Amino acid sequence: MAAAKKLSRDRVAQLTAQDIAAGSYINIGLGIPTLVPKYLDPKKEVVLHSENGILGLEGLQPGLPGDEDLINASKQHVQLILGASIVDQSLSFAMMRGGHLDATILGAFQVAMNGDIASWSTGAKDDIPGIGGAMDLVAGSRRVVVVMEHLARGGAPKLMKACSYPLTGLGVVTNIYTDMAIIDVDPARGFVVRGIAEGLSREELQAATDAPLLYADDVAVLTEH
Amino acid sequence: MINKIASSLSEAVAPITDGSSVMITGFGDSGLPRELIDALIEQGASDLTIISNNAGTERVGLARLLELGRVRKIVCSYPKSSGSVVFTELYRAGRIELELVPQGTLLERMRAAGAGLGPFFTPTGYGTTIADGKEQRVVDGKGYVLEQPLAADFALVKAYHADRWGNLTYRLAARGFGPVMCMAAKTTIAQVDDIVPLGSIAPEAVVTPGIFVSRVVRKDAQNGRS
Repeated sequence: MAAAKKLSRDRVAQLTAQDIAAGSYINIGLGIPTLVPKYLDPKKEVVLHSENGILGLEGLQPGLPGDEDLINASKQHVQLILGASIVDQSLSFAMMRGGHLDATILGAFQVAMNGDIASWSTGAKDDIPGIGGAMDLVAGSRRVVVVMEHLARGGAPKLMKACSYPLTGLGVVTNIYTDMAIIDVDPARGFVVRGIAEGLSREELQAATDAPLLYADDVAVLTEH
Repeated sequence: MINKIASSLSEAVAPITDGSSVMITGFGDSGLPRELIDALIEQGASDLTIISNNAGTERVGLARLLELGRVRKIVCSYPKSSGSVVFTELYRAGRIELELVPQGTLLERMRAAGAGLGPFFTPTGYGTTIADGKEQRVVDGKGYVLEQPLAADFALVKAYHADRWGNLTYRLAARGFGPVMCMAAKTTIAQVDDIVPLGSIAPEAVVTPGIFVSRVVRKDAQNGRS
C-alpha cells in the first residue's frame, strides 16, 4: 500500500525535533514545523523564538484562554517560559538576520539541490504573495531546515534541480525533512539522503524527486514508531 | 507645559488628511490599535498609503478601511493571513496597490528613517525578485540589496501606559512594531489603556521616550464627533 510508505506529519516533526541540539535558539515557521515543539525534550532547553519579538515561548496549556498580545508567527496563542524575554520587532529581526539563531525550521513550496528555497509565491497571476519573516530568517540563520511534504498537492515534486517559483533565498537550505526522507544539502554535491521511509525504495524516492539523489554512507530506515 | 493627551480618539486622529501615509502597528491581532483605526474610519481621510505588517482580516478595522475604498496603497510583508478577504478581493480586482516588503526589511527601513540613516545594505532578498531594480553588491562573498529608508506622515500605535509627555510602555508582544513606527512617523498617535502621572513610569521602564510621540489618547476616550 503506497500510503503506508509515507511518514505522518507528527513523525516528521518528531524526527526534526530529535536532531535539534540542546541549548539551541530556534525559530519555528508555519505548517508541519508548528508540530516540532511538542517533540522537543524539555531537558534540552531549546529556546523558541517568534519573529514578533518573543524569545522563550511554548504552546498554550489546554484550558487556558490565551492572550491576544502573546501569539506566535502562526498567530496561535502561546505562553512564556521561565527566562523568556520580549523585545521590539526590529531587535527580533536582528536576532534572525544577524546570525544569532542556531536554526530556522520552516516550510517551503520548493527546494533546489543548490539550497535555493521558494516559499512565498507561486508566481501565478491571482496568487496572493506573503513573505513575512521568511526572507530574513533564511538570510541569517546558521541552519535553514525545511520541513514539508515530499510532494505538492497533485503530486508534483518539490525537491528540484532548480526552483520554478520565485525564490525566498539563494543557497541557504541545509537540511530537509519530508514524509519520505531526511536529506542534507551539500553545497558541492546536491541532495544527500541520510534517511528513507520504511518500505520506500530508492527508485520510488527518486521518482518523487526532480533532482538527482545521492546517498550517505549510512542511510537510516525511518519507521513510523 | 508639555501635554500630549488628546481628549478623544477623534481629536487624536483629526490631523490625518487625504493622501497621508499612515503606519499602523500590529502583528495579526496582536498590537493592533483597533480604537484608533475605528476613529480613522469615522474621520474620513482617503487616498491613504497604509504601512503595516498585515492587510487586515474579516471586514473590520483595517480591512474595513480597505473595503471603504480609502486606501490607495498598502506596504506590508504578509497580506495573505487567513481571513484577509477584503485585501484579496481588491488585489485581484486591481483596485489596490501592493508594495510587498520582507518583514525585517520593512522594520529596518522604518528604523533607518527614524534614526537619520540613508539607504542600507541587507542580505535579505538578495538575488530574489524583491531585489529587482535595486542595487545589489557582494561584500566579502555575501550578497546584499540596497534598501531605502521608509518614513510616514503618521503612525497609529497601540501602547499600554503613557504619561502626558508621551513616554510609552507596551504590554507583552504588543510591543512589536511600536518603537520603530514611533520613530519613523512625523506625527505619532498612541492609544493606551491608561494615562499615568508624569514620573510614575520608571525611567528605565520607558520603552518609547516621549520625544518620538506627538499625541496619546486613552483607548476608551469618548469618540466624540468634531
